[in-house]
Amino acid sequence: MAEYAHPETLVTTDWVAQHARDEGVRIVEVDVDTKAYDEGHVPGSIAWNWNTQLADTVRRDILSRRQFEELMERSGIAPGTTLVIYGDNNNWFAAWAFWQAKIYGHRDVRLMNGGRKKWLAEGRDLSTEVPKTRPANYTATDPDLSLRAFLPQVQTASAHAAAALVDVRSPQEFTGEILAPPGLPETCQRGGHVPGARSIPWSKAVNDDGTFKSADELRQLYGSEGVDGSRPVIAYCRIGERSSHTWFVLKYLLGLGDVKNYDGSWTEWGNLVGAGVERGAAAKAAVARQ
Amino acid sequence: MKAEEFAERRLELAGWPVNVASYRLGTEWHAKADNVSPGAALARATGATRDQAEQRALARAEQLLSRTRRQAV
Repeated sequence: MAEYAHPETLVTTDWVAQHARDEGVRIVEVDVDTKAYDEGHVPGSIAWNWNTQLADTVRRDILSRRQFEELMERSGIAPGTTLVIYGDNNNWFAAWAFWQAKIYGHRDVRLMNGGRKKWLAEGRDLSTEVPKTRPANYTATDPDLSLRAFLPQVQTASAHAAAALVDVRSPQEFTGEILAPPGLPETCQRGGHVPGARSIPWSKAVNDDGTFKSADELRQLYGSEGVDGSRPVIAYCRIGERSSHTWFVLKYLLGLGDVKNYDGSWTEWGNLVGAGVERGAAAKAAVARQ
Repeated sequence: MKAEEFAERRLELAGWPVNVASYRLGTEWHAKADNVSPGAALARATGATRDQAEQRALARAEQLLSRTRRQAV
């Protein structure tokens, strides 16, 4: 069985149990459900709130460089700290935090394979204590925008097949049957997908226990849809968190060179004046081919 | 403290597949319902028994799911 391209970016729950309180290691929980941490968390871990601490709350954007530095400083994370991130929903927003950490050049970032679900299912220790952190000094790099796609790049990719567009939402969102995941608020005017995109739901990359599928399985999954590194890749979803999960898989587990996360995603494209969408029968056919 | 008796199952609510996970923390049962695809958390609840916690989470999840509109495509 082939190994992941960058196995150093994943740690097991066992590893976290043994190293969570090591000097130079910081464990951070990032959940979709921001109350989950309070219920009980990996002892020694801190929490980041995705919608207040991992986003600019005034403009729609990721953290600025200074905001990222402040978050790291408050969290007691120095540039040399081993940052291990985990969370619920198979590490959705953990991957979102990982993506931002890489944009700002943090060297050693890892995901706990299986996330919060695996930790709970294994009956591992939980704590409700919030550890005190000693502020650190942190200098980030300039943002590495090779990891992030903006609207003009997606428009070019769609119009000229300049990159493989990977829609990681559910098949019903891809076809336009629903405008948002079942039970969640509709945040766009139209359903469908970016013309030319392929449907490869993020969830196909994980096992039932929340861990990532093997490198061979992942290579087969994405390769069968033409996502094989022969051209750049842009992944998107609704707001960019599910696609950061797929971005991590393609970039670090499969080792593809040019992979971007389009965090504007469907809440941008689906609301854009003058932008075409694909939906319906053609889209269903694309899903059926999976 | 540990999560004990962790269990997951799938069922259908308001026409949508739902995954419900439940476990015990000390004497309190916790349950969380998600919408399977994409897997986003819909509701969480606690109760004195597994059944009570699950029913509370599922009741809230059903409310949310019943609002989901299907478009003709």
